[in-house]
Amino acid sequence: MSQDQIAVTGKPVVPAAPSASATGAGAFVRRHQIVEHIVLLFGVLLMMGPIAVAFTTSTHDPVTIHSEGMQLGFGDNFLPTYEAVIFEQTGFTKQVTGWGMSLNSLILGLGFAIGKIIVSMLAAYAIVYFRFPLGTLCFWIIFSTLLLPLEVRILPSYEVVQGLGLLNSYTGLILPLIASATGTFFFRQFFKSVPNELLEAARIDGAGPFRFFWDILVPLSRTMIAAIFIIMFVVGWNQYLWPILMTTDESFYTVVRGIRQILQVWIGADIPDYNEALGLAIIAMIPPVLIVIIFQRMFIKGLVESEK
Amino acid sequence: MHKAQFQSPLYPYLLLLPQMAIVAIFFLWPSAEAVRSSFFLQDPFFGNETFVGIDNYTDAVTRSDYGRAAWFTFLFTVVVTFFSLGIALLLAVAADNVLRGQGPYKTLLMWVYAIAPPVAGLIGIMLFDQHIGPIVDFFALFGWDMRVGVDYWDSGIAMMIVATWKQIPVNFIFFLSGLQSIPKGVREAASIDNPSASGRFWTIIFPLLAPTSFFLMIINITYAFFETFGIVDVMLKGEPGNNPVTLVYKVFLDGFRGNDLGGSSAQSVILMVFVLALTIVQFRLIERRVHYT
Repeated sequence: MSQDQIAVTGKPVVPAAPSASATGAGAFVRRHQIVEHIVLLFGVLLMMGPIAVAFTTSTHDPVTIHSEGMQLGFGDNFLPTYEAVIFEQTGFTKQVTGWGMSLNSLILGLGFAIGKIIVSMLAAYAIVYFRFPLGTLCFWIIFSTLLLPLEVRILPSYEVVQGLGLLNSYTGLILPLIASATGTFFFRQFFKSVPNELLEAARIDGAGPFRFFWDILVPLSRTMIAAIFIIMFVVGWNQYLWPILMTTDESFYTVVRGIRQILQVWIGADIPDYNEALGLAIIAMIPPVLIVIIFQRMFIKGLVESEK
Repeated sequence: MHKAQFQSPLYPYLLLLPQMAIVAIFFLWPSAEAVRSSFFLQDPFFGNETFVGIDNYTDAVTRSDYGRAAWFTFLFTVVVTFFSLGIALLLAVAADNVLRGQGPYKTLLMWVYAIAPPVAGLIGIMLFDQHIGPIVDFFALFGWDMRVGVDYWDSGIAMMIVATWKQIPVNFIFFLSGLQSIPKGVREAASIDNPSASGRFWTIIFPLLAPTSFFLMIINITYAFFETFGIVDVMLKGEPGNNPVTLVYKVFLDGFRGNDLGGSSAQSVILMVFVLALTIVQFRLIERRVHYT
């Protein structure tokens, strides 16, 4: 609509535009972009600087860090640091390794993302494609989960999970996090935008609800599923509060949960293992960062669409 | 447009079963339990309960440490929201204007999105460390002897800086996608009417971004309240002592450390009411957003 209007009113201007950018205005634009590049480089420094320093510092030994502060250059302790972080058995039971914690994080991330996608796709399908007496009520109940984040009901949630005997289990770790209905809303919006003709055509061909879902809706939703998977994996991998409450058994610790453990050890030490703490931080960020960067386009689409 | 629908007595309930079961067990039940136990006084040793009416609420709200936490949370939220939105907008406008290198800039600026808040907190506590922290050294040049973990406001400021840093990427992504959805024609027309770039931004581009900004404000307030738990916990090393805490962190402390179930639940319910109000505002805004586009 607005584009049409501009096209009409802007007609005489159109031929002028290319010539303007070719001469004086072009130089003007280019000069201006220097300012923009400076702003952006400053932004990159602000955002990436701390991570770069964290990484380079992790490649030094703790004594150097303790006496000389955080390091900008690459040190010679890279292998020992990361070998210790990944394979050395730490914790009270001496059974936790960075590797083991990473596996738990992976289970949490994947379980959360996949579980949420399946549960919310089914629910959204029922809400959009079926007419049934309790439909509206169900919709509002699911909707209400968006109102209260887990953080405001941690204590009773903990008690419920404890009562069900699910402490220190993957089920207890994953299921309560799935309760929020963000995924259901995301798929509801998407299903609503699917043209009606598809369902009518499918019906004429004699497809039932199951066939329609599996043969038409799921393939149509592929990019949406991928986008939401990326976001949910990152959200799941990065969970902190719930794993703190839920997992007292160290064999269920995730990497992000392990960050807290490293601090506890730190408090009594003369020279804390700064390098190993930062090494664990780097390991905790690698998988989610890689996913976001590799699937950048899809990730942005999922993020922007899901918040609409 | 009305959606064509299936009619089936059983299918929809089967499809909804997993979601509804999870919602009922892990959401409705605990939420109801939070409201209920906020009216009771629990004995942590024998498990007895006494109905105390709204005493937990009046106790919680009138305690001086609650007031302190509420005031800190308010300041924390204002500072984090303002600076993370401001810096992200500046970066998004710059990224939107450059013709070359937009891809790499975008990648590097959104990198931090994927980092968990406690991981950001850990890097932060190192950068602000008394012995090894370069930021403390930097501020010392200006005569500011920063003592994070000891001084109330020094810890608070360090937490605000880390929380702001962590939130910039989300705002940046939304602002940039908002800017890029402004039609080229509008920009061209604007550049003819108004040759000054900054004038153009404030009179045309910024008003067009208003819906995105309002929406992001809500997101940022929610973030500052709830999602900064990991940052606060790690930066205080789990031992708050004399340091500032947010309201959500206080719910956790009183409930799990202080064993004050009723008080913690009452605080939860207060926060629930707050989120409820915020969500209503948010949905109002979304309705209005539909009118814009």
